[in-house]
Amino acid sequence: MAYLDHAATTPMLPEALDAYAATARELGNASSLHAPGRHARRRVEESRERIAAALGARPSEVIFTSGGTESDNLAVKGIFWARRAAEPARTRIIASAVEHHAVLDSVEWLAREEGARVTWLPVDGLGRMEVDALRASLDEYGDEVAFATAMWANNEVGTVQPVAELAQICAAHGVPLHTDAIQAVSQVPVDFAGSGAAALTVTGHKLGGPIGVGALVLGRDIECTPLLHGGGQERDVRSGTLDVPGIVAFATAVEIAVKGRAEYAARVGEIRDALIAGVRQAVPDAILNGDPVDRLPGNAHFSFPGCEGDALLLLLDAQGIACSTGSACSAGVAQPSHVLLAMGADDDRARSSLRFTLGHTSTLAEVDAVVAALPAAVERARRAGAVRAARV
Amino acid sequence: MSGGVDSAVAAARAAEAGYDVTGVHLALSRNPQTYRSGARGCCTLEDARDARRAADVIGIPFYVWDMADRFHADVVDDFVAEYAAGRTPNPCLRCNEKIKFAAVLDRALALGFDAVVTGHHARLGADGLLRRSVDLGKDQSYVLAVLTREQLAHSIFPLGDSTKAQVREEAARRDLAVAEKPDSHDICFIADGDTRGFLHSRLGGTPGDIVDATTGEVVGTHEGAYAYTVGQRRGLDLRRPAADGKPRYVLSITPVTNTVTVGPAEALEVDRVHGERPVWTAGEVPSSEIDCEVQLRAHGEPVRAGVRVDSDRLVAELHRPVRGIAAGQAVVAYRPDPAGDIVLGSATITTAERAGAPA
Ligand SMILES: Cc1ncc(COP(=O)(O)O)c(C=O)c1O
Repeated sequence: MAYLDHAATTPMLPEALDAYAATARELGNASSLHAPGRHARRRVEESRERIAAALGARPSEVIFTSGGTESDNLAVKGIFWARRAAEPARTRIIASAVEHHAVLDSVEWLAREEGARVTWLPVDGLGRMEVDALRASLDEYGDEVAFATAMWANNEVGTVQPVAELAQICAAHGVPLHTDAIQAVSQVPVDFAGSGAAALTVTGHKLGGPIGVGALVLGRDIECTPLLHGGGQERDVRSGTLDVPGIVAFATAVEIAVKGRAEYAARVGEIRDALIAGVRQAVPDAILNGDPVDRLPGNAHFSFPGCEGDALLLLLDAQGIACSTGSACSAGVAQPSHVLLAMGADDDRARSSLRFTLGHTSTLAEVDAVVAALPAAVERARRAGAVRAARV
Repeated sequence: MSGGVDSAVAAARAAEAGYDVTGVHLALSRNPQTYRSGARGCCTLEDARDARRAADVIGIPFYVWDMADRFHADVVDDFVAEYAAGRTPNPCLRCNEKIKFAAVLDRALALGFDAVVTGHHARLGADGLLRRSVDLGKDQSYVLAVLTREQLAHSIFPLGDSTKAQVREEAARRDLAVAEKPDSHDICFIADGDTRGFLHSRLGGTPGDIVDATTGEVVGTHEGAYAYTVGQRRGLDLRRPAADGKPRYVLSITPVTNTVTVGPAEALEVDRVHGERPVWTAGEVPSSEIDCEVQLRAHGEPVRAGVRVDSDRLVAELHRPVRGIAAGQAVVAYRPDPAGDIVLGSATITTAERAGAPA
């Protein structure tokens, strides 16, 4: 099998898996006062420190969660509620148009249920957020903005965003910036303090850790109303018995990923470049989406004119190649990607896209498999696309 | 794979027979929650999940294909338009004709597949002839009779030699969780089975007269002629009993005047049926009248008839009169056969009349 869907989830690093298994054999609830509890607590706090060190944060700023979706929900809703409680006029959210659904749908929920007003930050044709638009909307609405949210790197097209610049502009207006850095950590340098962001989302399973554990890095002075109430384990912002083995494995993965990032980016970037070159040769009219330069090293995202992404996915899957259309499903039905639509693509181009993402286990042999299978798949998908176009 | 037991077992049998099978669930609703919300039907998220589970157990890839726009245009809108025109459509038949063995088949062929496999209860052998299922109670050849030879050449119906009970047993044996799932009976896009309410929401209510055919008198009013079906007796709510004291049935619906005509049961009897757009499923267009059987509604009793082609139309002369034949339904011609009655062809009923002397 050729696995080119590391942005969906990437295999656990052996070290993380070993750390998980070893810790899972240990007993203890990190909230208990007795010896096994203290032991578990120590594992958690060591992990917190390792993650903080790797991400340029203070240990107290790392709040463990059940993953990226929870961290994004917590940041978006929690910061909104806290800011509005402190200053009732602050009910506006500035959000980029290309956020992951964990952010996007949380923002839309606040707009629908909580009276939030939303300014969507546009992106250019390469998926880059428009810094001037942020400046303009802050100039216009600065006093009523609760917070802004802008992802560090896009999970679909791989465009890396000018986060520090965005954070600086927000800071000048006293507006906290949340950034979803899930795809960025392990692929590009991420430094929380240096970025000027107020909150940052990271998750385990995109960088070699386990699924179901992540963190919200939340600046010390940032108020955040909890979503989950209970034991108040995590700074009273997040409750729930901590997943000690998950957290230890997560910290192990973050540490390795960040330490080895430069070498990883060079190696994976080279394989990715071979993939882009190969795809262009195999299908000359394929369009590379996203920023060709400021791009995650593991991401290659194309539109194949005349094809439906779904059809290509099915055909490649049948050849043992796992990739993704990159866009979310509703009831299993592919929707045109909101990211590509925000980039100005029309519906057809948005539906004709396919995402290949590489990771620490990727090889050139996998690239060869894709390049070999692609021409026939594209030809068939085009025929299917033509059938559909003719009948609708 | 609808999420029901039949398509699950059909897929399993096809895979076991050595075909390279991919499971496909059709998303037919633009908004899955708005259609049926119970356990049955074709469009819920739960059904999609059941179908996916079955595919996983069988060990085949599984995809959801979005056919919602096509389904709306070709089946749902057609259904409403047919009722509005005073006819009684069969949406399952239309779905087979336009979606499952057209849109889905075309896409599948383009993608490199060879055939569409479904869980319909009908037989289709090497001779290319479509036959009734061995399980006459579950036979679905009627709703497949619109398929052309070309469509049938790319169709596989693995269940035709089994009874429904055998299919359920086999599903249980194969650990398919849908083994006990109840059959779906009514129209999948009408959530609560309330066809009249559905039509009312689409077509609104336009009051009109109910007229007695024997006297020409107005005997009642209605809220929209489309809500009536030829042969219907209940729900007429007539103001006065008929002069002859006999119960009244709907004889015809005239959309232009928004009139429902009623009369006694005998007036429903017809023995000549005309159909348009005939499809000759078994191949050749009959050059002379053929002695065969016809079925005039889903689950209807077959009736002996002489069937002929008359300038692109099908005409069936029934050997005995039958009641309540509605325009819009299909007339399907069968040749009785010990190996399963053979579907010769079908057409959409336009009119029916009493040609011979009244019985
Ligand atoms: C950018 C981004 N945000 C959020 C998520 C959700 O994270 P999780 O799967 O940990 O809930 C993902 C991955 O699915 C992602 O790529």
